[in-house]
Amino acid sequence: MSSAAFVLITVLTLAAALAAATLQKLMHATLSFALTLVGVAALFFLLGAEFVGLVLVFVYIGAVAVLIVFTILLTRRDVGKDRGSNWGGAFLAVAVFGGLTWAILKTQSVAIVAPHIRALTVKRIGEALMTSYVWPLQCVGLLLTAALIGALVLVMEEKR
Amino acid sequence: MINQSIDGFLHPNVSKSVDQIFVNAKQSLLWLLSWLTGAPDWVIQVASSLINIFALLFVFLTLFALMSVLERKILGRIQNRYGPNRVGPFGLLQPVADGIKMLIKEDIVPARADKLVHFLAPILIAAAAILALGVIPYGRNMTPFTIDGGVLFFFAVGSTTELAVFMAGWGSNNKFSMLGAMRAIAQMISYELPLIITVLPVVMVVGSLTPDRIVAAQAQYTFGFVPRWFVFTPWGATAFILFFVSGLVESNRTPFDIPEGESEIVAGHMTEYSGFKYATFFMAEYIGMFAITGLAATMFLGGWHSPVQALEFIPSYVWFLAKLSALLLVYIWLRGTLPRTRIDQIMNFAWKFILPMSFTCVIAAAVWHYAGRGLRGWLWSFLVIAIAYTVLSMLLDTQRKFAPRTYRFAE
Amino acid sequence: MTPTLQVVLIVSAALFSAGLLAALSRRHAIFILIGIEMMLAAANLNFIAFWRFSPQSQSPTGVMIAIFSIAIAAAEAAVGLALVIAVYRHYRTTNVDHLDQLKG
Repeated sequence: MSSAAFVLITVLTLAAALAAATLQKLMHATLSFALTLVGVAALFFLLGAEFVGLVLVFVYIGAVAVLIVFTILLTRRDVGKDRGSNWGGAFLAVAVFGGLTWAILKTQSVAIVAPHIRALTVKRIGEALMTSYVWPLQCVGLLLTAALIGALVLVMEEKR
Repeated sequence: MINQSIDGFLHPNVSKSVDQIFVNAKQSLLWLLSWLTGAPDWVIQVASSLINIFALLFVFLTLFALMSVLERKILGRIQNRYGPNRVGPFGLLQPVADGIKMLIKEDIVPARADKLVHFLAPILIAAAAILALGVIPYGRNMTPFTIDGGVLFFFAVGSTTELAVFMAGWGSNNKFSMLGAMRAIAQMISYELPLIITVLPVVMVVGSLTPDRIVAAQAQYTFGFVPRWFVFTPWGATAFILFFVSGLVESNRTPFDIPEGESEIVAGHMTEYSGFKYATFFMAEYIGMFAITGLAATMFLGGWHSPVQALEFIPSYVWFLAKLSALLLVYIWLRGTLPRTRIDQIMNFAWKFILPMSFTCVIAAAVWHYAGRGLRGWLWSFLVIAIAYTVLSMLLDTQRKFAPRTYRFAE
Repeated sequence: MTPTLQVVLIVSAALFSAGLLAALSRRHAIFILIGIEMMLAAANLNFIAFWRFSPQSQSPTGVMIAIFSIAIAAAEAAVGLALVIAVYRHYRTTNVDHLDQLKG
């Protein structure tokens, strides 16, 4: 893993995440959220899980971000502005970050460097999905169907 | 790791050097670079990627310029008039004139538009289109970037186009732009699902998401002269037609050009863009077209393989370009011939016809595979597709009786 | 610096805290959803990091969990956004501070 690319992508991702959490204009915050997801996908690529990175771009940016944008459009009465952040939330978030970092830095067993692994090809993921993980696959299919029907039922207008 | 190409040259010495001329040129350039500068390994890798990118950009921007004038000339001929024929021989230097015009136009941004979003939208849409070009095999050993899940990368990048279209529509602070963007996104999302599901039989039969392997799986010839392209199987032919139609919709081309219907909504999400930004949208649309036709040629038409074994001495990139040009010609032909469909007709077509037919293609491909891949498989899968098509047509045919045709002439 | 597992975990923790900040301090319901999605993405990053740095990586367990988690997050986002639209239809507001009819 090249460390220069890692530092760059990390800085970009965290900056976009902070922007998404604190910007006042709704659309800008949503687009920063999409940029955060691009950064996370790039991190997945760096960590050797390219398939998951591509699935993340495809599902999150291609579908979830568009959904969010449509919902913002459908549920506004004026051009949307929102309060950026308040002190309680910021304090709690910083406290959680501090606690997690302390726990991570205290654990000596995670101070390891990346070992050399076999490249994870799509073929292996497909084999795993079809043999060991076939039941979770079917359950996720059922879940997605239920979510689809549920979302449709929730937003269907009642017949007068 | 993945680049296993089939070496089936008929005349080994001559045709191989012509076929691999670009690959050899790039290798010698890289060798020269490393000999001159003695740079470490990663610099050479970065230089190799940069050479790939610049070659890709050069070829496709030239093709874009050529196609913009050829489209106008062919449309003109279909409509019984000359196309542009003033600038240069046969009007072929028209893109230069167009480029200069676009560059010197004043860049107008609406006063209350969101400046950052308005600026970023054409850049993002052009970036997505050019990224998608990077995984298509253009010739033997000539894929710019070999990614293991190449097909998934193509579709993932293509799906970010929707967000960029929305940014364009919203950033213009214009109700018509917003409406145009919403219609465009609705259309693109509806047809993205058939686009992916029609590619699924090919991926299933080949067993890999890498475009190089998919091209290599179509390399053989039955009886020596019929190529084993996937378009010659029943599920492949149906999937190719459905993929082609979905590609038409994804590129916002007539008959599905509701988002840019000039007579209805001015220019949809591109209304408030002038000058070079409009040229960027234009370029992104054409490059998206190249990407989709390139993928169609890779998946169904055998990529860079030649149709008959006797003609294998013609270089692979020439064959790819020929297939690309044939598909683009059909795009232009459809634009000149068909009227625009309504938005609700487009949606009905997507969800009620194309999606069930694409699922049928997946089933038919499985039937073809398990009935042996020969004549029996062909007949069984043809039967599956014929039954599904007949049932769907009967279910969707709402008006069976047509009134006798009457003519009304001016008195 | 070469990325050790600690660095990647700290990045994931930072992303999680940013999502927590968004979820806790926003008034618009959609923003809370965005915060939740960011927290889920941070958790996925954690899984992939542990998979990558673990000594035996033959079984793609971390990758599998991440794939299923992305699918489930998408389903949950869809249903959440449908809920927001349904609530907006009735109450004409997306400010979660105003949705207090069950209080007290």
